[in-house]
Amino acid sequence: MKMLETRWGKFIIEVVALAVIFTLVQYFITAGIFNQYHQITLTSMCINIILAVSLNLINGFTGQLSLGHAGFMAVGAYVSVVLTKFMGMPFIVGIIAGCLGAALAGFVIGVPTLRLKGDYLAIATLGFGEIIRVILQNIDYVGGPAGVVGIPKLTSWGWLFAGVVVTIFVIQNLINSSYGRAIISVREDEIASEVMGVNTTNYKVLAFVVGAFFAGFAGVLYAHYFYIIKPETFNFLKSFDVLVMVVLGGLGSTTGAVIAAVFVTLLTAVLQAFPAVRMIIYALILILIMIYRPQGLMGNKELSVKILGRIWSGKDGSFEDK
Amino acid sequence: MALLKINNLCKSFGGLSAVLNFNMEIRENELIGLIGPNGAGKTTVFNLITGVYKPDEGEIIFKGENIGGLPPYAICKKGIARTFQNIRLFNNLTVLENVKIALHKDVPYSLPAAVVRFGSFYKGEAKIEEEALKWLSLFNLDYKKDEIASNLPYGEQRRLEIARALATHPTLLILDEPAAGMNPNETLELMELIRRLRDEFGLSILLIEHDMSLVMGVCERIYVLDYGQVIAEGKPEEIRNNKRVIEAYLGEEV
Repeated sequence: MKMLETRWGKFIIEVVALAVIFTLVQYFITAGIFNQYHQITLTSMCINIILAVSLNLINGFTGQLSLGHAGFMAVGAYVSVVLTKFMGMPFIVGIIAGCLGAALAGFVIGVPTLRLKGDYLAIATLGFGEIIRVILQNIDYVGGPAGVVGIPKLTSWGWLFAGVVVTIFVIQNLINSSYGRAIISVREDEIASEVMGVNTTNYKVLAFVVGAFFAGFAGVLYAHYFYIIKPETFNFLKSFDVLVMVVLGGLGSTTGAVIAAVFVTLLTAVLQAFPAVRMIIYALILILIMIYRPQGLMGNKELSVKILGRIWSGKDGSFEDK
Repeated sequence: MALLKINNLCKSFGGLSAVLNFNMEIRENELIGLIGPNGAGKTTVFNLITGVYKPDEGEIIFKGENIGGLPPYAICKKGIARTFQNIRLFNNLTVLENVKIALHKDVPYSLPAAVVRFGSFYKGEAKIEEEALKWLSLFNLDYKKDEIASNLPYGEQRRLEIARALATHPTLLILDEPAAGMNPNETLELMELIRRLRDEFGLSILLIEHDMSLVMGVCERIYVLDYGQVIAEGKPEEIRNNKRVIEAYLGEEV
């Protein structure tokens, strides 16, 4: 058992666990146990996880209220579609270009807007997200308001899984490092952080760029699964959907963001059966959760094997925040 | 040579001059006090030195270089650290993490190394951890390293803030009312600590304080500020007997 506690031991356990999950789901898909409907839900779930975890880096860890996530998703989707559909490039080129394009958009938008704070930043990013959408609406090359139809379906379970794993891996490693502590210190107290030698502007932009990068990734995966993209798909309501997941999961908790993304996706899927009252039930559930857990499902805690073990043995069953 | 030399520093907020033609000189290893009635502009002087505000006029020469108008993180890297009048810790983080953030400016591994987890990351983290613990143990806070900072008692929060400031390896330490809210016993301990820090780390220390026993007991020279201007400067005994000071600030003899 001792070997499992070491860095390499943990690494091996993680790899094995991931391989098992991947193979299992892949088997369900190939064997036809997951039907078309299940697969669509699975795809939305993975895309939502990527979106929520990446927005959580900006909103939860850095404390910068951004409402432009759908805009970055749109950049990733459109850039990749231009490359794969119009230019016939391989999917991997589309993915890399889509992510980098979104990251660049994050940089261009982040540098001027991150001087603003709180509500002002929220409104500025909301505006920028809409600007991206309106620009896309006016480019005839990508179909204007009608969007692009007939995108090759290149997003497989393998790509979705890789997307989720890479997003969580990169963001968690970033957060659990000295750079991550600098990012969190910006949220905690910007002036103190700056006086302690942290160039707060740089770290805000860094978080913004990394967040946008992965939003772009989500956009690429979305476009190459659902066959059609149009600017309207990426309006501010999409940004709010992601924000809901982040707040629901708990600002500053990656596991919270993942759980909330899974929860919201499943809830939406289940409620499809009741179209008349769907939005009412959805809203009610969100309101109830926010009343009884205003800090979000996870607060700013992370769920780890260690904590699960402690709950199991009954030593520390409480997640209560002070 | 003076470590810090401030010439004709001015700062006004919408027509109200908070600091007017302020001059000050701090030599190496000196312990200086800055006193004055409420609203005299003491904290503004601190905010100007540490870059939180930009000066309207005048220069702040630190180690022979004008640092006036630089951003706070740049000034921190030049070797000036401070604490705040109303404690500004990273409240939701642990005691240890608070100090680790102060060590970030000399982070020993690159961003890609952190993301991909190269060996240099683990080595660097171990080094950061070791140094952070060293600072905590110096302030007897190591046994509370995993506590959330906002859960510490007041006195320990003050001490943590000083530990965090020192972890940035300053040559000039600026303390804004370090004894505020402390009882006489704690103040006495703090005086001891301030002297020890100066001697052990070869620091220059500049402090604002309302507690006269602390200022008079520990400082070698004192500047008295009133309405943004220096009205007296000198050794504690000179300040004690200075007529203008008594008039402007003390009101009665100390």
